[in-house]
Amino acid sequence: MMGELVILWTDALIFMLVLFSMAFGIYAAGKEHLRGPWGLVVRSRVGVSTLVILSFYVVVGLLDSVHFHPLLDSKDQAGQQTQSAEVISLFDYLVTPLRERQEKTYSAPLATHLYAKESIELASGEVVRDFPRLTFGGAHLENPEQEWSRDIWRLTGIGVLKGLLVSVVVTNILIALLAGRWKTSFGAVAKVLIKEETTVPWRVLLATLSSVILVLFWSIELSSQYHILGTDKVGEDVFYQALKSIRTGLLIGTLTTLVMLPAAILLGIMAGYYRGWVDDLIQYTYTTLNSIPGVLLIAAAILMLQIYMSNHADEFNSLVERADLRLLFLCIILGVTSWTGLCRLLRGEAMKLREVDYVQAAVAFGVGHFTIIVRHILPNVLHIVLITVVLDFSGLVLAEAVLSYVNIGVDPTMNSWGNMINSARLEMAREPVVWWSLLASMLFMFVLVLSANLFSDVVRDAFDPRLRSSR
Amino acid sequence: MSDILLKVKNLQTWLGEGDRPVRAVDGVDLTIRKGETFALLGESGCGKSMTALSIMRLLPPAGRIKGGQVLLGKTSLLDLPEFAMREERGGRMAMIFQEPMTSLNPVMTIGQQIGEAVRIREGVDKESRDLRIIELLNSVGIPDPERRVGEYPHQLSGGMKQRVMIAMALAGRPELLIADEPTTALDVTIQAQVLNLLKTLQQQTGMAILLITHDLGVVAEVADRVAVMYAGQIIEVAESERFFRLPQHPYSQKLFQSLPDSNKRSQRLAVIQGSVPALNQIFTACRFMDRCHRAFGDCHTAPEWTALSDDEGVRCHLSEQPELLQSEVIQQESHQPIASGVGQAPLLDVEDLKVHFPIHKGVFKRTVGYVKAVDGVSLTIAPGKTLALVGESGCGKTTVGKGILQLVKPTEGRVTFETDELTTLSSRALRSRRSELQIIFQDPVASMNPRMLVSDIIEEGMKAQKIVRDSAQRRARVMELLEQVGLPADSASRYPHEFSGGQRQRICVARALAVDPKLIICDEPTSALDVSVQAQILNLLKSLQLSRGLAYLFITHNISVVAYLADEVAVMYLGRIVERGSVDLLLAEPKHPYTQALLSAVPVVESTSRRTVIRLEGDMPSPANPPTGCHFHPRCPIAMEQCRTAYPELRPLPDGRLVSCFKVEDGL
Repeated sequence: MMGELVILWTDALIFMLVLFSMAFGIYAAGKEHLRGPWGLVVRSRVGVSTLVILSFYVVVGLLDSVHFHPLLDSKDQAGQQTQSAEVISLFDYLVTPLRERQEKTYSAPLATHLYAKESIELASGEVVRDFPRLTFGGAHLENPEQEWSRDIWRLTGIGVLKGLLVSVVVTNILIALLAGRWKTSFGAVAKVLIKEETTVPWRVLLATLSSVILVLFWSIELSSQYHILGTDKVGEDVFYQALKSIRTGLLIGTLTTLVMLPAAILLGIMAGYYRGWVDDLIQYTYTTLNSIPGVLLIAAAILMLQIYMSNHADEFNSLVERADLRLLFLCIILGVTSWTGLCRLLRGEAMKLREVDYVQAAVAFGVGHFTIIVRHILPNVLHIVLITVVLDFSGLVLAEAVLSYVNIGVDPTMNSWGNMINSARLEMAREPVVWWSLLASMLFMFVLVLSANLFSDVVRDAFDPRLRSSR
Repeated sequence: MSDILLKVKNLQTWLGEGDRPVRAVDGVDLTIRKGETFALLGESGCGKSMTALSIMRLLPPAGRIKGGQVLLGKTSLLDLPEFAMREERGGRMAMIFQEPMTSLNPVMTIGQQIGEAVRIREGVDKESRDLRIIELLNSVGIPDPERRVGEYPHQLSGGMKQRVMIAMALAGRPELLIADEPTTALDVTIQAQVLNLLKTLQQQTGMAILLITHDLGVVAEVADRVAVMYAGQIIEVAESERFFRLPQHPYSQKLFQSLPDSNKRSQRLAVIQGSVPALNQIFTACRFMDRCHRAFGDCHTAPEWTALSDDEGVRCHLSEQPELLQSEVIQQESHQPIASGVGQAPLLDVEDLKVHFPIHKGVFKRTVGYVKAVDGVSLTIAPGKTLALVGESGCGKTTVGKGILQLVKPTEGRVTFETDELTTLSSRALRSRRSELQIIFQDPVASMNPRMLVSDIIEEGMKAQKIVRDSAQRRARVMELLEQVGLPADSASRYPHEFSGGQRQRICVARALAVDPKLIICDEPTSALDVSVQAQILNLLKSLQLSRGLAYLFITHNISVVAYLADEVAVMYLGRIVERGSVDLLLAEPKHPYTQALLSAVPVVESTSRRTVIRLEGDMPSPANPPTGCHFHPRCPIAMEQCRTAYPELRPLPDGRLVSCFKVEDGL
């Protein structure tokens, strides 16, 4: 199955980010001021349920970030299995049927026939113009008109049943684990959970998890026989496209922050702490940068990159690598245009902190500037960094959609919600209207952005000292 | 009785939800008569502000009134609907707050803000409204009210803003004025003005004042009756005169004993052990029992209110045996007499120190002038001695401290510490000398990084100064220091927010001691603390001075602390020292008119030593634009022609002190 691993730039960065967050998690667990607010986050109902949904997205995105050359069935002269020149991800491999079952052109969600009439030659040799049957969608039905609705219900039933079964198993495992940790009986834990007398709202967590599992199994079951969100112009499954776009959205939302953080933190704190000419220089830099329209910068950078890529086409082994480089550059250029906001916030905060008594006391002890910044200023602005990162995430996901819509976003060959919306522009003008591409991308983006926004609200409430004291 | 204005019965206010709400006010009874000044006295967190807010029904969102009755005249306030309650607030009763800076809207002129209050009470006729605004401003003693109505709050000084607040409160001609720490944020000379104003207004309008304060001195100055609050309950109510002569409750007695003054110089101050109990519990024993020096068996049951006369009473089991209730005189263990440091070379010698902050203006940030925060200060401190630097806020005393430590770069002048000239040392050389000069700040909350453990905080200086390189030894030293300042050893692995204000200040002291300094600059180390806690810190500072031979530069505005702790006093006004001398001489017989006014404005507890207050008109001028000649002449009651043109030099007097005043030179 798996041939040689291909590590794309963004893959490497995203796994670095995962490692970094894990390291931060371990560091935070030892620090009361960081652990406390996170405790508040997981104690909030909105917090845990959005966390479940977000982690579903993250799992898909991470699975989609392990790339490799798949092995082919044929063998070369040396008896070795040959591998395809194509690069696919672990996620692609898991949903191979979705990826490979291509229709001819548009078909509506759960349809059995194409969306366009074609000349069909009947067995009798007669040629009629009608909607032809799909190659894969509902292909197992003998007589679609009569069997279709019953088949949908049957698959739904099976999906829900499987989903329920898995949810029950998961719930029981969790209760057993909790019982082991709290050292009480299984029944006692279950009773406490149902009455919701726990500090962490396990009931809400389980309810969300169960619904996610239900939806998951339902769609697995249906998509095994149908295209649940239809197919696009070239007959590709829209559900698959929307799922693949998750990685793009997540990458833009997180890597951009990774790019901007060092600059924003370093420059912001330096400007606020040293004041004087350092402050002037940094302030002028970001005011200048801020006064250039961001879209203009992004367009210029992306167009330049496009020219470079077309002049050096031989440097890229595959289309995926090419698209990946463009994605990375998009992240970088978005980062370059978006660090100023956080930088300004941090400058103000550092300016306030440098006059605070404990910093003055440290100066009176003869502590060096670097140590003061690392030990006294940085830990006391971390909450601002965290709040900004979480709040910016959803904005960046939406920004990607807008940029791809005007063709200066990710590569057109790459799956992204923005590209889907972009192509839907023409589909909406068609008669009859093809609405499912737009709907699918909106639905996936909406769920992600809404949960990210709700989650960031919870995080901000937990970390913002002013909000905390007023409660 | 018909003259009762406000009657509060068994008021209970809870804060927060959940199974353990904070019972901030737990069964408070009080009565206020028409036209009297009733002081509610208590330490921070005892529920006195919550009582006032409950009466006004202005509780924060987390608070709710659980029970009780509040009668204003015949109206039961707690039963009124909100719209009727709005009529009462600002109508028959009004409130002024501690922070005049944040109580006024910065984007409205004061005329508009007072006008708003007047319009609600008196209708909308614009002309009569304008007249009323002027009349109100006049009545609170704001000079030139016609011009002032068009000014914005930032153009007024703190004292002026508090007057505007009072004027707004008076707009509805209230019968009851609730003043929540009205002078705590103000300087003593301004405090004297405001207290005086309140008294005058009371005489004119016959309103009653509920004065909430923690300052015994303020109570002594203005109150007719006093109620002492402790942990959500009133524990003693008394006529002011009797209260100060013969406090009944052990807590009240201890409060008096813990006040520092010059007579107690050779003793340790009395302290109340421990801290105020958490109010989120149900008390079965007396709330003060754990801290009481006279607790006995009966105290395990909560004491009932014992009325001593019509409107006096006490909540203590001792009151059941009146002969026991009398204050017993406790002999405090005394300090060793301080070894004389005369004849030794000065540890610190500051000569003509100037710190000027440039004022920038315009696009190119040209310097258009200087704020002369410190303008030529000279002082010396001998090893093991304490010099107190006294002055009102904004006079530059904190900047002197920071200038000596080189936390702000002095513009001019010399700071000689032992043999080194600190102003010219390279930053590397300065860094290595830092261990010998340390600082303790006013606000114990802000002076420790909330993200660091106590042990890391204390170790920081040792690490930076490379005093103890071995981490195990450093650890041991942290334990030793914690013990010295009287904190348990397990404090080391906790965070600063887990400690009370007094304990935090102890940690700050330990941190300063960690590098073995010879001089500690104490920047108002007790002004954020309650009286009983202040006594603990003062005791600690004094005993450390004796055992380690520390010298202190004690920056404060609290004269009684000066009297207790200092050997020498320097009085600052607008960036310059106006009088300097030994503490006995200076406090007993101040020569400079500013020192005289400052000392007379300090509210004193003992009625015998009450002097006539020399009222200073106006506020301290801005150090960006000091008056010509003697800085003090615009406010000086004895200014002469000469004072307007020349600044008097600091001249020595025969008794050894230095004074900068022409009158004194002339021999008065």
